[in-house]
Parts: sequence; structure tokens; C-alpha cells
Amino acid sequence: MTELKLTNVSKRYGNNVEVLRDINLEINQGELVVFVGPSGCGKSTLLRMIAGLEKISGGTLEIDGVRVNDFPPSLRGIAMVFQSYALYPHMTVRENMAFALKIAKKSKAEIKEAIDNVARILQLEPYLDRLPKALSGGQRQRVAIGRSIVRDPKVYLFDEPLSNLDAALRVATRLEIAQLKEQMPDSTMVYVTHDQVEAMTLADRIVVLADQSIAQVGAPLALYERPNNEFVAQFIGSPAMNLLSGTISATGPQTTIRLDSGGTARSNVPSSAAMQGAAVNVGVRPEDFSLGDANAIADSGSAAALFSGQVDITEALGEVTLLYLPAENGRIIVKLPGIHQGLRGQNIALYADPAKVHIFLAGQSLLTYKDHA
Amino acid sequence: MRVRSSNKAMGSFVGQRPALSWAVHLSMLFIVFLWLFPTVGLFISSFRTADQISSSGWWSSLSTQEQQRSPIRITGTETQDKGLYVVVGKLFSSEAVVLRAWGTSSKRPNEYQPGATAQLKRGRSLTIDADGRYRFTAQQSQAGKRLPRVFTTASSPPEFTFRNYDYILFQGDNSDSMAKAFLNTFTVTIPATIIPILFAAFAAYALAWMEFPGRSILIAAVVALLVVPLQLALIPLLKFHNEIGIGKGYLGVWLAHTGFGLPLAIYLLRNYMVSLPRDIIENARVDGATDFQIFTRIILPLSFPALASFAIFQFLWVWNDLLVARVFLIDASGQTTVMTNQIVELLGTRGGNWEILATAAFVSIVVPLLVFFVMQKYLVRGLLAGSVK
Repeated sequence: MTELKLTNVSKRYGNNVEVLRDINLEINQGELVVFVGPSGCGKSTLLRMIAGLEKISGGTLEIDGVRVNDFPPSLRGIAMVFQSYALYPHMTVRENMAFALKIAKKSKAEIKEAIDNVARILQLEPYLDRLPKALSGGQRQRVAIGRSIVRDPKVYLFDEPLSNLDAALRVATRLEIAQLKEQMPDSTMVYVTHDQVEAMTLADRIVVLADQSIAQVGAPLALYERPNNEFVAQFIGSPAMNLLSGTISATGPQTTIRLDSGGTARSNVPSSAAMQGAAVNVGVRPEDFSLGDANAIADSGSAAALFSGQVDITEALGEVTLLYLPAENGRIIVKLPGIHQGLRGQNIALYADPAKVHIFLAGQSLLTYKDHA
Repeated sequence: MRVRSSNKAMGSFVGQRPALSWAVHLSMLFIVFLWLFPTVGLFISSFRTADQISSSGWWSSLSTQEQQRSPIRITGTETQDKGLYVVVGKLFSSEAVVLRAWGTSSKRPNEYQPGATAQLKRGRSLTIDADGRYRFTAQQSQAGKRLPRVFTTASSPPEFTFRNYDYILFQGDNSDSMAKAFLNTFTVTIPATIIPILFAAFAAYALAWMEFPGRSILIAAVVALLVVPLQLALIPLLKFHNEIGIGKGYLGVWLAHTGFGLPLAIYLLRNYMVSLPRDIIENARVDGATDFQIFTRIILPLSFPALASFAIFQFLWVWNDLLVARVFLIDASGQTTVMTNQIVELLGTRGGNWEILATAAFVSIVVPLLVFFVMQKYLVRGLLAGSVK
């Protein structure tokens, strides 16, 4: 069942500053959808438009089948958790959670029951009579979440709720949100973040926003494995996917690309004969490279390496080792599992499994490339 | 911690920090002293007698004073004792005054020791003891004649009295009384503080958080009004008050103070309210609060420090005001006089009676002092702590 539906939604400031255009998105009941994107891409603006804090310049927004473009925030059936928690500093935790219910003129018994219930779920019972300033950051964020649960909204909106927390607390609170979502399987959540880990771990679906519109929507692993375009390919995953320019030298169910840097890449992505000679970018994630000895390859010549070069910098993180190799534009990054020492200054050759090699034509993945003309 | 590490980092500047803090402390001390000196002086003077004020400064009020006193003429009823006509009495009203020396001539005011007997002309004699008791004897009756004057040097211990306050505040029938003026000043000040805050808080919220056309022009106009001298408006405003029938009176002075106080009030409160976190207000909006509910339940409680600081400003300014009160309030009947005006009048009628003036002045500053000391904790309290990280 569709809970939230955006049709051709756009946002303009004044007449010519366009922040978002043609946003089409359907969010189902019980789904947790994460908006990610670089800063300034409009993800928070989109969330605030759903909340009713920003006017919608064009298109329609439907919540539960009702067009709510012109509804004030309180009538849209949404609750929002702000990055800064936005707790009322002069009210106790209990008063903070009761505020919306008091405004809605609920009875005292009803309010008490709702608060006690939520306090139990979020383990806030010992703190109900404290002021926000007497709480830690994680507790404050729990209060902010509790305040939204009390209202029993159709859609929960989270605006970067963890970015004010320190790293350890962020992980703990992330897990709490994931647990909370499991406890409330019917609730719909929209979650804005710039943190990929949050997006990958929490989301049922991720919406990647870029360049004023949606770059791709999909399940986290789908975005990782089959990015539609270069932007999503480089945005999801860390370190970012390596891109190497080249031309298609052989087409068919498998595609072979002669790289400008001299190597050869083979990919399981099929290509049509018309694409022979087309200039493309080959994308390989740092963790998908495997290592070979550059000299050995030159001798045998049979299995051509994808890239060879001298290791410029190494970064040992313990669980993985990062290698940086200078390339014509920037550096190629290789992520090897485990600890590798003595690679710095060595000439190495890089290989990749054809199943993990992506091809982009004019920025679009060859898998979804439409413009065959 | 940070100080120490930065000192280490820039070793050559180590000496500057203590020097700076010394300078800060010294100037603080100087300011405190500058403020305390006249205030304490006024406070002490208001408890001293006229005699003491005229003979010594307040800083020596705690020590015993030895000084030459103005001549005292002996008076008393004459009695006959063994053929002599005798007059006995006491020179000083206070028991604590001790005579050091005395004389009967202005040329030799310290001629005799206490207890000595002075032989005067025409068979008269005078004995004065250390406690000021005197015995005057004469061969003939002195009825109808002037008795001699006595010049004395006496030491008196510190003396403090509530008589000045009693006179200024509780002798309701005299024209020097501050009691009525004190109440009148309250009648002017309290509404003249509350009314502008009330208006300004609403206006400040609208100017800070509500979207409407012309908002920035209104804000600019308020800022422009800050620099308009109020003297410009005195005569036109008084004429206006007379024409609409308010005339001179409390209503007029409340309105005038409200008008003159509003630009600053709106400016201060708006600046404070606009600095409140937007998220809190938006959250209240998502929670379903109307603008009025946001104002009363969120903004007003959070703006308390700003409201308190403006209330202090406005209270002090209205309390100390003379000009506006004279123009809009005080009429010929004198029934609506305020303390500043009363002190001006005391300066005219009792210019020499410093004890009265000091007491009147202290009565007029005690309320502002109390207001400041009670409210100052609200000035420094940060209500926002803990709402946002």
C-alpha cells in the first residue's frame, strides 16, 4: 500500500533558483526509505517539503491517498525528528512528549498512557522528570524519537538524527533505530543522512539525490552492485569506485574494453555491436581488485592486466590495506583485505573479476543505457 | 588546561596573560570602588545627624570625634541657695558626649578644664563638669539678663539614628515627606514597565518568526526609531494627550513611557527571539501548535532572560526619569509628584539639610538596587543550555 507519493515535485526559490525538479517517488507502508546525497543536493529540503515546513513549488504530495500540498504540518500525519533534537529546553522529558498531545486536547489519562508506553519502549522511564540539559546526547535523541512516536504518525521523518552524536553513540543509536523499526513494522519512515553506513544498514530502499533530482532508487545492495550511473557508483561505497577511461574493443554478451592507460578490462555486462569503438568509463570498486606481479604478466601476456603501476602510498588499517597508484587523472585505489607490507614502491598489476566490472557510457551504466541511437 | 598548553606553545608570551588578568582585576576593583564610594557614603550619611554631617565626613563616622562646638548659652530656672542665685543644667543632650575643655570667651575657647570654676565679672561664677553639667552662681538675681555663652570642645562617640527616615517616610503631614512620592513612583513605574514588554513581546515574535510582506521595512523602522530623541515628541504628544482628553495624569505618563520604550524593547526582544533555534519552533509547528501557542508556550519562557534584562532597563529608566514625569504627569496640585521631582524640591527647600537630602536620595535608589540584585541572576542564566547541542 502506498503511504507517501510524490509526483513531479519541484522546489524553486524565487523564479530561477531551482533546487529540486521532477521528483517522482512512491513509499510503501512499513518501508524505511533513506535519502542520501552530497551536501546541498536538496535532501533535507525534500524532507521539509514532506513535513510541510517548506512550500511545494510544483507537483503533488500525497500521504495515505490524500493530496496534502496545502495542509499545515500538524494535519499531514507526520512526525519529525530534527538533527538538533529540538527539544523544548524549559520542559521536562514528560512535558516534551506531552506537548503535541496537549495541543491536540487529548485527555490526561490518554497522554499519560501514551508517554508511559513510549518511555518503556525507549527506556526513558528514569528520565521522565528531567530537563533536556540533564540528559546525554543519545538520551536527548531518544526523547526526540519518543516525542514523535507518542503522536502515532503515519510517516516518521528523520532529518540526520545521528549526526550530532559522537561515533560510538552513533553506532549504538543506529542499532536502536533499527530495533525500533522492527518493533513497529507498520510504520513508514523517511530518513535523511549523508552517512552511507547509516543508509546501507537502515534502509529498505535508498534514494540517491544528485543534481536536483533522483539519481537512483533501490535496495542498498542493488545500488552497490548495479549502480545506474557514475554518480551513484562513486557515491555508494567507500573508498569510491575507480573509473578508468577506454574504448570498447569487443562487444557481445561479454564486453572487452581497451583502456587508455594500456590495460584491458573484461566485463560480464553485455553490449550491442553498435557500441564497438565507443568511449566508455570502466568502473571497478577498490575491494574488487586482485593483485598480480607486473613483470610476470608482461612475460606471459596471455591474461592482460587491467592496470599496472607503481604503488605510491599505502595505508594500513589492520582489517584492510589501501594502496594508491598514480593514474592519468588522480589515483587508483585498491583495497586489499588483511595486512600487506612492503608493497610501497613495488610495481603491481591489477585484475578484476568480469562480474564486478561496471561500464558507463556517457555517465550511464551500460546495463540501463537507453539511448541506443 | 588550554591555557597551560598554549603557554607552552608560545613561550615568549607567557608573561602577558597574568599581566592582562591583573589589568582586568585592577580595573574591576576601580569600577567597584567608583560605584561603592558614593553609594556607601549616601547610605551612611542617611543615618547620621545634622551635627555630625556638618562636622565630619562619613568615612570618619565610626570613630570618636573631638571638635569645637558652636557656643551654647546657659539657660535654666534660677533658684536661691545660701544667698546665691543658682542656675543648674546640662550642656549636651547626649550622655555620651565628653567635655574636653571650655571657655566663656570666643578668644579663649579652651581656657578651662572640665570641673574648673570660672570667675566671671560682677561676682558670677560658672562650673562645668566633664559630662556637661554646669552650675552657675551669681550675687544678684539674673532675671531679665542674658546669661553667659559657653564655648566647648567635646568628643562625641559615633551616633546613628533612624530619625531621618522617620521624618522622610513616616511623618506624613510635612511637605518634605517622600512617602507619597514613593508610592506615586511605583504607580508610574510598574505599568510603564509591564505595558511595553507586553506589546513588544508580541511584536518581536511577529517580526522574528512570522512571514508577512513588509516585515523587513518594519524592522528597519524600529531600528530607526531607536535614535529619535524623545524631546522631539514631548510637546506634540502633550498637545495630543490634552486634545483626546487624557491630559496630565498616570495614563498619559504610562503611554508616553510605553511609546519611548517600545523601539528598544522590540529591538532587543526580536534579536533575542530570532536567535532561538529554528528547529524548536518548527518542531512545535509540526506538533500542531498555532502561532499564539508557540509564542506563549515556547518563545516566552525561553525569552525570559531577554524579558528580564529589558524589564530592568525600563524599570530603572522610568524610575529615574524626571523629564517625562514633569511633562506628562505632575500638575499644579502636587498630588502626583514622583521621587525625582520631590528630591529636586527638597534641594530647593532643604538645601542645607544634608541628612534629609541623603536620606531622600537613598530612599530613591534602594528600589533600583533591590531590583537589580534580585533580577541579575536572570541576566546571566542561560535558559537555552541543553536544548541543542
